[in-house]
Amino acid sequence: MFSMRYLKIWVGGAILLLLCICGVAAPLLAPRDPQAQTLEDRLRPPRWSENGVPAYLLGTDNLGRDMLSRIIYGSRISLMVGAATVIFAGLVGCTLGAMAGYFGHAADEIVSKVSEIFLAFPFLLIAIAIMAFLGQGVGNLIMALMLSRWVQYCRVVRGEVLSIRERDFVTAAKALGGKDWYVLFRHVLPNTLASVTVIATFSMAIVIITEASLSFLGLGVPVHIPTWGSMLSEGRSYINRAPWLTIFPGLAIFITVFGINLLGDGLRDIFDPKLRRQR
Amino acid sequence: MNTLSRRIIGAIPVLLGISFLIFLLMHIAPGDPVSLLLGDDATPVDIERTRHEWGLDQPLIVQYWSFITHAVTGDFGKSLKFNESVTKLIAERLPATLELAFAALCVAIVIAIPLGVYSAIRHNSLLDHAGMSVALIGVSLPNFWLGIMLIYFLGGQLNLLPVAGRIEYGIDIRSITGLYLVDSLLTGNYEGFWSALQHLLMPAVTLGSALAAIVTRISRSSVLEVMRQDYVTTARAKGLSERMVIWRHILRNALITIVTILGLQLGALLNGSVITETVFSYPGIGDLLIQSISARDYKLTQVLILMFAVIYFVVNLLVDLLYGWIDPRIKF
Repeated sequence: MFSMRYLKIWVGGAILLLLCICGVAAPLLAPRDPQAQTLEDRLRPPRWSENGVPAYLLGTDNLGRDMLSRIIYGSRISLMVGAATVIFAGLVGCTLGAMAGYFGHAADEIVSKVSEIFLAFPFLLIAIAIMAFLGQGVGNLIMALMLSRWVQYCRVVRGEVLSIRERDFVTAAKALGGKDWYVLFRHVLPNTLASVTVIATFSMAIVIITEASLSFLGLGVPVHIPTWGSMLSEGRSYINRAPWLTIFPGLAIFITVFGINLLGDGLRDIFDPKLRRQR
Repeated sequence: MNTLSRRIIGAIPVLLGISFLIFLLMHIAPGDPVSLLLGDDATPVDIERTRHEWGLDQPLIVQYWSFITHAVTGDFGKSLKFNESVTKLIAERLPATLELAFAALCVAIVIAIPLGVYSAIRHNSLLDHAGMSVALIGVSLPNFWLGIMLIYFLGGQLNLLPVAGRIEYGIDIRSITGLYLVDSLLTGNYEGFWSALQHLLMPAVTLGSALAAIVTRISRSSVLEVMRQDYVTTARAKGLSERMVIWRHILRNALITIVTILGLQLGALLNGSVITETVFSYPGIGDLLIQSISARDYKLTQVLILMFAVIYFVVNLLVDLLYGWIDPRIKF
């Protein structure tokens, strides 16, 4: 069912879906091997430009690698890092937040103090610090981003659980003999899903930008793996001679993040009654 | 105990936690930082001597204690990459980063507050939708890409603004505060002021764009929220002009939220400067951090990260306290 109210979700969702298709079907969609170098074709402009050749739709880089193929393959890293971070950070943050909110006392004290320390760190700095000391790598990158994002889930879920645990249906579940863990995971946590979905969506957008930023700074994934951030970093030296090396990877990041933010905005409009009133 | 001392005492365990995390990171890092820094040519004697100089041959707890005491006294020793005192290096570059962060804050205020307030007042109009779309685009733009595009169009193609550095080569500004714009005005060096301003413009727009987008959205929702309050209806009912209602009743109350968000974002701006300074080769502490990481000067990296975290924390604490002062309804 299509309506204007869901326009943001439709458009944002469609962009995200396209990105997923690009990532999953990269070997089928990419016209060339993203690593294949053709030195005689280096720095070819996009096809529609004066010196462009039909074989390279978005031109080639300084080593003669096909830009379109590299951008298509680059979506894999953005998607994988974004999804993995959102899932792991969500699992850690939601579990700790739910425990702190539901059990209170010592659990709440410990979780609150630890999250205060993480909140005192700006998330980009946590990621830079971890990558600076642990070195490049997809695993390190996901861990660095996860450590910088779990606390957002934790705070929101804790707050929600604090209010949900006082509701009648929770008292009823306990009165029927439900064990604490059962009540928490079966009755309380599912009611935080709306907020968690919205945070996860916005978090994914932030993670994709942060991954690109770290790759741009040379602190992301190893250089042989094509990512949008590292493509931008490499293309920067050729900005006046070959602007397409920076324009297209940047556009890819922008469109992806824009789509995800649009989706997040749409979901928040639906889930947050206060915002619905403002419309 | 008053609010200030309670908050400061409460901050101590958090700051200790931050410093411990940073300290721990260096020690769980793979490889020996000394061997990595000195390179393949270093002899085992060189490595051992440097380890001793750095105190890395001491037990972990002794090293942490030494790290903390040095942090408190502000004596961090020498940077191996720059062969200069770490404190001096930071003191030289910190004003540049502060100047950039404040300039970015100004860019955000000038763009965001009028746009957000106007969008709310003309709620659901074409301008409101256009304003919110621009804000969404702003939030989604990676700022390092925006910086590169500004360099390409305004610097490379139109040749309007300088693309790197803090001031034109050959122009000298006598240092008083370290803030070039302020120092050049104080010393009457208008050529220096103009050059510093030109060099600051693109980095400030780059750094301030994301904040501008966030503040536009918050200004809009804050004004919308206030517009629905009973006291606004009362102000209208007693016959005040719409202009008076907006300026005296809506804006003044909505500004409390906006100012808080701006303050909280100042810490984030300082940290965002890491990327912006790298893009524009702007000689601030963000640029220094990336240089220290590339040179594997772990000691300098550690100090800089701690400093960024402490600044972020202190700024947020001050804003928190200020918030209670601006709005007496808030109690800590």
